[in-house]
Amino acid sequence: MSRTDTKPTEALLVLEDGTVHRGESFGATGRTLGEAVFTTGMTGYQETLTDPSYHRQIVVATAPHIGNTGWNDEDDESTRIHVAGYVVRDPTRTPSNWRSRRPLADELERQGVVGLAGVDTRAVTRRLREHGSMRAGLFSGDGLATEREMLEAVRDSPQMAGADLAGAVTTAEPYVVPAEGERRFSVAALDLGIKANTPRMLAQRGIETRVVPSSTTLDELLDGSPDGVFLSNGPGDPATAEHAVELTRGVLERGVPLFGICFGNQILGRALGMGTFKLRYGHRGINVPVVDHTTGTVAITSQNHGFALAGTPGEHVDSPFGRVHLSHGCPNDDVVEGVTCTAVPAFSVQYHPEAAAGPHDAADLFDRFAALMGGR
Amino acid sequence: MPRREDIHHVLVIGSGPIVIGQAAEFDYSGTQACRVLREEGLRVSLVNSNPATIMTDPEIADATYVEPIDVEHITKVIEAERPDALLATLGGQTALNAAIALHDAGVLERYGVELIGADVDAIQRGEDRLKFKDIVRSIGGDVPRSEVCHSMEEVRATVAEVGLPVVIRPSFTMGGLGSGLAYTDEELERLAGTGLAASPVHEVLIEESVLGWKEYELELMRDGKDNVVVICSIENVDPMGVHTGDSVTVAPAMTLTDREYQVMRDTGIQVLREVGVETGGCNIQFAVEPTTGRLVVIEMNPRVSRSSALASKATGFPIAKIAARLAVGYTLDEITNDITGETPASFEPTLDYVVVKVPRFAFEKFPGADPTLTTTMKSVGEAMALGRSFPEALNKALRSTETKDAGFGTRPDPAGLSKDDALKQAALPRDGRLYAVERALRLGATVAEVSDASGIDPWFVEQIEGIVALRREIAEAPVLDAGLLRRAKRSGLSDAQIATMRPELAGEAGVRALRHRLGVRPVYKTVDTCAAEFEARTPYHYSAYESDPAAESEVGPQDERPKVIILGSGPNRIGQGIEFDYSCVHAATSLRAAGFETVMLNCNPETVSTDYDTADRLYFEPLTEEDVLEVVHSERLSGGGDATRGADGRWTAGLAGVVVQLGGQTPLKLAAALEAAGVPIVGTPPAAIDLAEERGAFGAVLDDAGLPAPPYGTATSFDGARRIAADIGYPVLVRPSYVLGGRGMEIVYDDETLADYIARATEVTPDHPVLVDRFLDDAIEIDVDALCDATGEVYLGGVMEHIEEAGVHSGDSSCTLPPITLGLSDLEVVRASTVALARRLGVLGLMNVQYALKDETLYVLEANPRASRTVPFVSKATGVPLASAAARVMLGATISGLRHEGVLPATGDGGHLPAQHPVAVKEAVLPFHRFRRPDGRGVDSLLGPEMKSTGEVMGIDIAFSTAFAKAQAAAAGPLPTSGRIFVSVANRDKRALIFPVKRLADLGFEILATAGTASVLERNGIPAQVVRKHFEGPDNIVDTILAGEVGMIINTPVGHTGPRIDGYEIRAAALQVGVPCITTVQGAAAAVQGIEAVIRGEITVTPLQVLHERLAKARATEGV
Repeated sequence: MSRTDTKPTEALLVLEDGTVHRGESFGATGRTLGEAVFTTGMTGYQETLTDPSYHRQIVVATAPHIGNTGWNDEDDESTRIHVAGYVVRDPTRTPSNWRSRRPLADELERQGVVGLAGVDTRAVTRRLREHGSMRAGLFSGDGLATEREMLEAVRDSPQMAGADLAGAVTTAEPYVVPAEGERRFSVAALDLGIKANTPRMLAQRGIETRVVPSSTTLDELLDGSPDGVFLSNGPGDPATAEHAVELTRGVLERGVPLFGICFGNQILGRALGMGTFKLRYGHRGINVPVVDHTTGTVAITSQNHGFALAGTPGEHVDSPFGRVHLSHGCPNDDVVEGVTCTAVPAFSVQYHPEAAAGPHDAADLFDRFAALMGGR
Repeated sequence: MPRREDIHHVLVIGSGPIVIGQAAEFDYSGTQACRVLREEGLRVSLVNSNPATIMTDPEIADATYVEPIDVEHITKVIEAERPDALLATLGGQTALNAAIALHDAGVLERYGVELIGADVDAIQRGEDRLKFKDIVRSIGGDVPRSEVCHSMEEVRATVAEVGLPVVIRPSFTMGGLGSGLAYTDEELERLAGTGLAASPVHEVLIEESVLGWKEYELELMRDGKDNVVVICSIENVDPMGVHTGDSVTVAPAMTLTDREYQVMRDTGIQVLREVGVETGGCNIQFAVEPTTGRLVVIEMNPRVSRSSALASKATGFPIAKIAARLAVGYTLDEITNDITGETPASFEPTLDYVVVKVPRFAFEKFPGADPTLTTTMKSVGEAMALGRSFPEALNKALRSTETKDAGFGTRPDPAGLSKDDALKQAALPRDGRLYAVERALRLGATVAEVSDASGIDPWFVEQIEGIVALRREIAEAPVLDAGLLRRAKRSGLSDAQIATMRPELAGEAGVRALRHRLGVRPVYKTVDTCAAEFEARTPYHYSAYESDPAAESEVGPQDERPKVIILGSGPNRIGQGIEFDYSCVHAATSLRAAGFETVMLNCNPETVSTDYDTADRLYFEPLTEEDVLEVVHSERLSGGGDATRGADGRWTAGLAGVVVQLGGQTPLKLAAALEAAGVPIVGTPPAAIDLAEERGAFGAVLDDAGLPAPPYGTATSFDGARRIAADIGYPVLVRPSYVLGGRGMEIVYDDETLADYIARATEVTPDHPVLVDRFLDDAIEIDVDALCDATGEVYLGGVMEHIEEAGVHSGDSSCTLPPITLGLSDLEVVRASTVALARRLGVLGLMNVQYALKDETLYVLEANPRASRTVPFVSKATGVPLASAAARVMLGATISGLRHEGVLPATGDGGHLPAQHPVAVKEAVLPFHRFRRPDGRGVDSLLGPEMKSTGEVMGIDIAFSTAFAKAQAAAAGPLPTSGRIFVSVANRDKRALIFPVKRLADLGFEILATAGTASVLERNGIPAQVVRKHFEGPDNIVDTILAGEVGMIINTPVGHTGPRIDGYEIRAAALQVGVPCITTVQGAAAAVQGIEAVIRGEITVTPLQVLHERLAKARATEGV
């Protein structure tokens, strides 16, 4: 009956600026370092935790109850949990959902992911909003030390700016996700941290996807003359992704239809000669409006990015590959959310049309990619 | 798309009187809509018959028509105003139905009025269940299996296929009226029969039962560019089978994975598009089978709804305001989110807190009513609470409802209750079911057992189990240390609840003292639509306890202006509703204008007061001593302590005080405790409040002032009560002390019924005495609202004469202002008595006095030193913002100063009105048709000293006859102009009724009468057809009424025994078929005058603004 037979273990969140939040350990105990970011989605923690883009980030959930629907065998977006640490207010001990297989805390512990519960997550969020995403550490159990030691560990950890992380999350070997039903097109997807739902949504549209490692060569990428190339989402600073940018230029030169999302948007932008910069606290949530400047309509999108393309949404700019329309923007802060090339068959968006977690408003971008490959 | 240039003038339809299923939330949405449209530079005309609304304040629209919401009157408004467009999606089902009726009557087409928001086709697609189901199927959605039926034969055939149980849902009714769940053939016959009758198109849907499935709602908005956003998801703790208005609900949804949520979202968006609601808000309801996840769409409201109001308050996203802008052409991305001031409205709010709504019921008002909750809504109000977790929000919401239980464990369990008993109770969908859930868990039931028994999702049960475990831990801990106390508070337990577990702490005050000593205080977080992603500009706060030492409170410093905290009235209930919210809103508005920082504290989401821009700051908190004291503490921290008032009358910065007299009994009850805790109370001091409320002290005040009162006594036992009754003579009025809305009040005629009352209705103890008053038969009752300032000057707001018989609660009786039968000398006595009372009591602010005039003597029945239910009515009738003036007076303004400022008229007052004054008639609206006995029959529609009405309407016109006709039309439907009228009157009234009935006969009505009445009529040359009384067998008058063969009923009650009972049967039948039923001689005479006016076509419509302007001119010329 009693829920309190084991005394909760103390755990701390230490931010780079010296702020300390005290709570209880949740999931695995120990020590973990990373960039503290917050995500505002109210659903989809399983998808978030398994999203490779969160590699090396300590994720703060603003939704207060986490773990309500447990952990199931269907909603992982990759083979493992990628977040460096997880900060929540109220974890659910006993989940309730017909698909649930085990509690979230058990899964975190099984995968050795250090979590923290019981802190004022809203205070943490407000700090990150005002002072920007910053380095942080979670400390519990054997990982506990003096506050000074913990703060030093945080300050000694690497910055996210300048981090080249695609190599850490990409697939070791190429693999193929077949089309559902008749195969209409084939796509080579450069895995910079791809989520499972992307090839799934391509497959639903009759597209076979060959997912290739980020270190692939241009020849390998275009092996078998795919109808299109896809640049995935992924973690890290796009300014370090020289290889991916080079591959993209090669694809553009050959006129192969190209579609990029999230990190892939930044890669296409850089290949077109645009700059990227780090946002103060990024866009992480499933409620982000994006205005399509071609149609004037708004989509509610799933987003997870700390870097963005420089520019003003709605404008046209010149590039080595012709005119580029900065076709999508976020009306919250006027960040560029997508680019469309007018001279070559390429476009990208800063958000996640594959959703998971998040709304499906942007799913038609995969249709647009198919249309591009079909020469329409 | 910018605003449409072709719309210059919009007619807005409100929702009329407050009824179950349609409450003050539509005042909130309608007020927002009118304000927004005027901000856009459009002319706004408004029709709403409910005077108790902020919406019908003359400042809200350009032309405010307090007129019945029907085709006849709205057509006249359209003729007079010639608007370009009609906005009907913000006035509930009433407005939507009126719009459809106007369309069907060809009025919209004739005058070229465009329906904006949702067009007729969209409304019909959304509301017609058959069309709606086809639409859901057409987009690939799933629906419960069902069939639309137009007759009982069709119903039976359908059930033969689908199998019992089935749900019965009539088309085009609001709040689920007439719907229900049938488990047996017998129930099927009854429910389907009444459902067919309740539907204006005689149509019911018979549907596969989804009873026990998980229930969800989505609030969506769509703009003219087809952008759609989901504002809020709501999950019902009570599974399917209980109307969502009667369910405990939670936002956001708690037990859905993202996959499932997104399917729901996609379905909702597709449905909205397919139904074709062009712009604005809509609400879609879903059910999910708990073991398979099968999702079915249940229904949609193609308009702003009660849930929209809840969603607006829950998220901070002002749905009605945005809907109004979308209706005139804007798109979501063109509208700025008020809360952040920067980001656009084209996004989906995200919450970092949990919102719980708990319904408030009034079954105690309707003896014999079946308390089982069904798909017909029965709650009269609701409380909402926000917390950083579900347990915190739930516990706050439970104590916000102000029921006998103030949260788990605040009352002892029923003696000898076993786990199985508790489980059985948890299985019954009734008011307070969660208390049974908690008891079952405490008595050893497992989460699975409780969930299986109740159908409540295990997640919620487990959360409650957590509270149970915590309570046990608190009770068993050797010492209540800071850590444990903090955990208790973090789960939302009140100091009072903790006190029950730790007797050594000497009650709530002891727990609070310990808590403060240990530094365990709440932080205040902000509702900001975005989970802190952007900075919030609106101080909309809620309390939370955090265990993190680095937790932060977000109440910013405000130390430039004096602050006033206004305590609201909590959940709507019978006797305390929107009228009190109206006064609180006025206080916020007028005090803000006078330079104060206004702080609103309330827990009712269905109100204007809890709109984030009504006051400078909003705390959405329970109205309990503990929660108010913490807000006071927070505001003192923010404002640098208390304010003082200098000799020049100016306040320094800081907390000037707390306003307790405008929110009804809820804040008034807190006054003494707040004062004892050192909180400054502005207005009438608590000691004076006690003086008026405590019967003995009040008697002394009356004696002192030389004012007569009916003889009375206070008894602490039955014998004592009997002695007093013998002494003063029957009939007597008996009641417990300290009540509002006449709770527990009855008229008794002999020892036997007195004994019965004492045994049944009240626990009589020395601490809880009963008051026994001589009841004045045949007296004229008079209500006065007055304002008294610190100099002792008194302004009479209005003198109202009741039309109803004495003994009917003032809230349930109709009244007229100015009085129609009182002479000038009577009015002078009323004035003198009121002035004397106000001064003796030491009233500072508002006071309401009830008098009875009998045999030339004016008796004082009671005086309440607070805003009354009639304040808004008086304000609309006389064109004076009484509550605004009162708030100013409480903070030091004088009546002469307010006259000078123009807040009050320069001369005269509501006790002496110019001859040209229009007549305003208030009529009550009763909810009897909502309730059923367990055997399925209607409840007794008895009116008496205990208030039962949920709302009111006003008819205003130049003459009493037309004003009365309008009030009747607004409350119960139009008076007849031809057909049959049934007359059955008491002997003493027969003489007085001959003339009015003769007039009806002359006007061409056919008169039906009971034998006695008919014989008197015949002897006076009035032909009358005799019908049987109810108890005289079949084919009686009740059957005739139910058959719809009578257009109006005149039935004056004879006494307290047999004939009255017959009267109730007649009244119940009248109610069921919606026929006007007149119960007094004056009422009958008034109705005849009204009917003549209608027949002569004398009914005109005039906006309040014009009436008030004429009044001001008349005041000036007549010098009164």
